[in-house]
Amino acid sequence: MTIAQSYQAYPETSEWVGDIEQIKHLVSPRALTGETVLLNMGPQHPSTHGVLRLLLELDGETIVNVIPDIGFLHTGIEKNMEAKRFEQSIVMTDRMDYLAPFSNNLVYNLAIEKLVDLDVPERAQIIRVLVAELTRLNSHLVWLGTHAFDIGAMSVALYCFRERELILDLFEMISGQRMMGTYIRPGGVWRDLPDEFLPALEKFLEYFPPRIDEYEALLTSNPLWIDRTQGVGVITPEDAIAWGLSGAILRASGVNFDVRKAMPYSGYETYDFDIPLGLHGDVYDRYLVRVQEMRESVRIIQQAKERVKKVKGPFRSQNRKFVPPPRSELGHSMEAVIHHFKLWTEGFHAPKGEVHVMVESPRGVIACYLSGDGGNKPHRVHFRTPSFIGVQALPKLAQDHLIADLVAIIGSVDPVLGDCDR
Amino acid sequence: MHDSKDPVEAIRAQFPKACLEVVTFRGETTIYIDPPQIADVCLYLRDADGLRFNFLIDVTGIDYYPDEPRFAVAYHLYAMLYNRKLRLKVRLPGDNPHVPTVTGVWPTANWQEREAYDMFGIIFDGHPDLRRILTAADWEGHPQRKDYPLGYETVQFSFNFDEVNRYKPYAKE
Repeated sequence: MTIAQSYQAYPETSEWVGDIEQIKHLVSPRALTGETVLLNMGPQHPSTHGVLRLLLELDGETIVNVIPDIGFLHTGIEKNMEAKRFEQSIVMTDRMDYLAPFSNNLVYNLAIEKLVDLDVPERAQIIRVLVAELTRLNSHLVWLGTHAFDIGAMSVALYCFRERELILDLFEMISGQRMMGTYIRPGGVWRDLPDEFLPALEKFLEYFPPRIDEYEALLTSNPLWIDRTQGVGVITPEDAIAWGLSGAILRASGVNFDVRKAMPYSGYETYDFDIPLGLHGDVYDRYLVRVQEMRESVRIIQQAKERVKKVKGPFRSQNRKFVPPPRSELGHSMEAVIHHFKLWTEGFHAPKGEVHVMVESPRGVIACYLSGDGGNKPHRVHFRTPSFIGVQALPKLAQDHLIADLVAIIGSVDPVLGDCDR
Repeated sequence: MHDSKDPVEAIRAQFPKACLEVVTFRGETTIYIDPPQIADVCLYLRDADGLRFNFLIDVTGIDYYPDEPRFAVAYHLYAMLYNRKLRLKVRLPGDNPHVPTVTGVWPTANWQEREAYDMFGIIFDGHPDLRRILTAADWEGHPQRKDYPLGYETVQFSFNFDEVNRYKPYAKE
């Protein structure tokens, strides 16, 4: 496990086939004399939340430096998207952050809509908010379960995954898929909510809030949990901003920045919800912020549910240049047939220009840069993903902590490596 | 708190030669900056009163092949105080694209510039750790360049079984 200083290769990976010369500038001079030890962690380590490899420089059990090594899950999504029509690549956005697929759908579709100037009907906006917040719950439940599991509280994981199953059932109802829904489409959503959805959602909303109290009863004032998380991985507000951190990590440091409030999209400005803030910027505060976010999400979902009952109307834009006509129109309208044919063979064309859209995903700010060149395919798509930025800050967060704390810190950053590597 | 300033006017006043072009599309302002001055402009935008673009959202490379100048780097800035976004862009030549790094202004630019280097081969001068990040260290070429082919595997049928078999990459012993 430990690599002797004379070792010239890193056996765990084919990446750094060279010698220590390549990373000489990243480790302290003490590593070169053998005073500190280089230890490999991952990419198959269970607490790295995916295929994240960390090269640790250790002085005893204290971390001197962390060198993250990512890219094991790089799938060339951005490159592939350039070769596909706008609508064809929505399905790939789900696969980036596979715990929050609808946030990724949303940011990409908002970018398309901004680029081609497409309207979104009110009912679609409400449904989008609804699924985006359900996604947040889904993601936070997996985070809480695995985070607690990493630190040693196993039962929380079981409870969290039990509740997550109910959310996945809801996703299956609306999109036919448990995880990768591809439900949000340009101009609205794929289809209207099915009849059985709202009763199931109401049942869930009745069942779920007391469960958050249960998790908190297990953790919030648990002395073991507090010992392992308080004062660990502290980052100051100034550093958090400079390192580009966002979402719960930034807010746990006390910076009030949430895209849903700052630059509202999909009508978030009309919902009544609060942004929980932390004080100390440590692992414990990030935990408190995320748990509180779950309660706020429930509030938003409740409001969206009431609205979706009242607001009827189309669930997708009626602009036939971008949105295919429903099947029922094809039988009697020649124009509908033409639109249908054009959209499924050629797709729609976007003007020359570039847009940039931010969305608050469960992990932080996910941004999409999309540029069109007049054709039916994007010229360039770029996703700024919160996990990429979060993993980058690990050395900053983990310095001078113990290895055991690193596990807690990784959990609190909540990286999804699919999101990180794209 | 100072009143917010128009970033275009401010850059023009502070760096008379840096601002090459201003484009507005769908309400988003793009300022084209003279590449050697980008780090200074960013530092100014971050610290000057009335601007305070303290949050770097992302840095991304773009390839305009076959146009010349071929490459571009886009910087998306956000000012938390004034709640507004700004895009800076530099255009770089096709052969040997160089631009100063902004890691000294925002540490978060480090990996994003590494990604732009990895994917487009854009060199960020003064970057502390310019290595490949997403692809393997011994990868050849820069995958997101427009002239880099989108690879795929030939489907193996009985008529071309041997041919495909010959150049299939098998794990070496």
